[in-house]
Amino acid sequence: MDSQNYSTREKVLWWVVGLLIVAYALVPVAWIVSLSLKRGADLSSQTFLPPDPTTENYELILSGSASDLFLPALRNSIGISLIATLIAVVLAMFAAYAIARLDFPGKKVILTTALAVAIFPVISIVTPLFNVWRTIGLYDTWPGLIIPYMSLTLPISIWTLSAFFREIPWEMEQAAQVDGATSWQAFRKVIVPLAAPGVFTTAIIAFFIAWNDFVYGISLTSTEASRPVPAALALFTGASQFEEPTGAISAAAVIVTIPVVVLVLIFQRRIVAGLTNGAVKG
Amino acid sequence: MLAGPAFVVMLAVTAYPILQATYDSLFAYRLTDPESRRFVGLNNYAVILTDPVWWNAFGVTVLITVVTVLVELVLGFALALVMMKALRTIRPVLRTAILIPYAIITVVSAFAWFFAFDITSGFVNPTFGLEGTDWFASFPTAVSVIMMSEIWKTTPFISLLILSGLAQVPEDLQEAAKVDGATWWQRMWKVTIPNMKAAIMVALLFRTLDAFRIFDNVFIMTGGAAGTETLSFGAYRQTISRLEIGLGSAYSVLLFLSVVAIALGFIKIFKVDLSQARGEK
Repeated sequence: MDSQNYSTREKVLWWVVGLLIVAYALVPVAWIVSLSLKRGADLSSQTFLPPDPTTENYELILSGSASDLFLPALRNSIGISLIATLIAVVLAMFAAYAIARLDFPGKKVILTTALAVAIFPVISIVTPLFNVWRTIGLYDTWPGLIIPYMSLTLPISIWTLSAFFREIPWEMEQAAQVDGATSWQAFRKVIVPLAAPGVFTTAIIAFFIAWNDFVYGISLTSTEASRPVPAALALFTGASQFEEPTGAISAAAVIVTIPVVVLVLIFQRRIVAGLTNGAVKG
Repeated sequence: MLAGPAFVVMLAVTAYPILQATYDSLFAYRLTDPESRRFVGLNNYAVILTDPVWWNAFGVTVLITVVTVLVELVLGFALALVMMKALRTIRPVLRTAILIPYAIITVVSAFAWFFAFDITSGFVNPTFGLEGTDWFASFPTAVSVIMMSEIWKTTPFISLLILSGLAQVPEDLQEAAKVDGATWWQRMWKVTIPNMKAAIMVALLFRTLDAFRIFDNVFIMTGGAAGTETLSFGAYRQTISRLEIGLGSAYSVLLFLSVVAIALGFIKIFKVDLSQARGEK
């Protein structure tokens, strides 16, 4: 399969196919970037490229009149997603360690539960939480989103981490102990460095899933106190009712997209391995 | 013991809400009028299941799920084959490009597609000579754009799973079939696909259940107008917009049961043993 002796014609064909795929993947992204650079008056020009590129939309959401809508949402998204990721990865680490390392009867139950939680329709969780959160005062607060985010971040963390942990040669820990290391030293010096890349990858995937959430964000928040960016975007309205918020939405969309795309591109190999191993091998 | 906390948290954030929803679904309960909350048994379910709105949403959800998952499976398979076979020089570029839609958050992707087809600002109409077409005004076009954005966004996921499945097909089997004179199609159907059944099934199951919960794109593009309301959107509208806790809860429970039925159906019909798919006994 890896014989790379293609004829010139085949090479050209592959380049064409390759370019088509790249275009398919990039056109919608390029379009939203283009929109974000258009002047208000050019928004209905219907041209793909901005005729007269400007940064006014970015100024509008970062320091202008829309900044008091966008900036708190950005802060909420970063804070809530980071905390939800941290809690999920720590809890998943214990669980994955147990699954990979120890033999205990509940193993299958935990993995099956994680799977069941992963396929759970989010909206079925939202309905009762909406009412309960209102009663106990968690509605429109950070914990009010962090807790339900566990249903998104925890299952995938357990699956990807246990896939990673299974590949760790645990005998090395014993070997180190035989050589005179205490069990804590052996764990810290041998296992932690081996596990770190997997933990890191899992954290990125979990963060990315929390960052992507929309259903919880739109249902369990009502003000800038906790509303994350995706929900804020959906509720963006123009500065006046006659102004289309298209440009501002596009600029905000580009800003929330850049960090995730950069992360994914830098760590693409690891993320692909984490996602596929987690899903196929567990 | 180590796995305990994770297990408890998972149960707390899912089992508890669904039990609460089941309980709430037995009451006529409107948040704006809490005084008149009263027990009505299964009446909410009867109301929903005799309402054409529910069945319409059900049909739309099934349509979106079936079409997107089938298209994604074919497209994802093709992309995986290309990534596997392409010139070594362009392979990393393809992998990177394909990951981009996956990295875009759903809401942003929904906006990109919505603005592209928008009647005043979109580039699609002038590019394809369709001036004046309002894509979001009627059901067939609106649901098509929703499905396109969903396919664009999630094909990478299916493609990556299939790629990792392809990598697990033993090379010597391929070679043996080649020597025996099997054509490309024969090798595909007789050797490659049977050997990666587990990967395909996992991809299918996950995507089906995921597509069945479709919400973000619908919310952004049509808000359920033009007959595009899906089950998730219906549940949202009942509870969050109309504050009908009782009806909304019944909606949620029905949606939950549908998802469970799909999952069980998959496991029964295709005999997917997930623990086996993960290489365990």
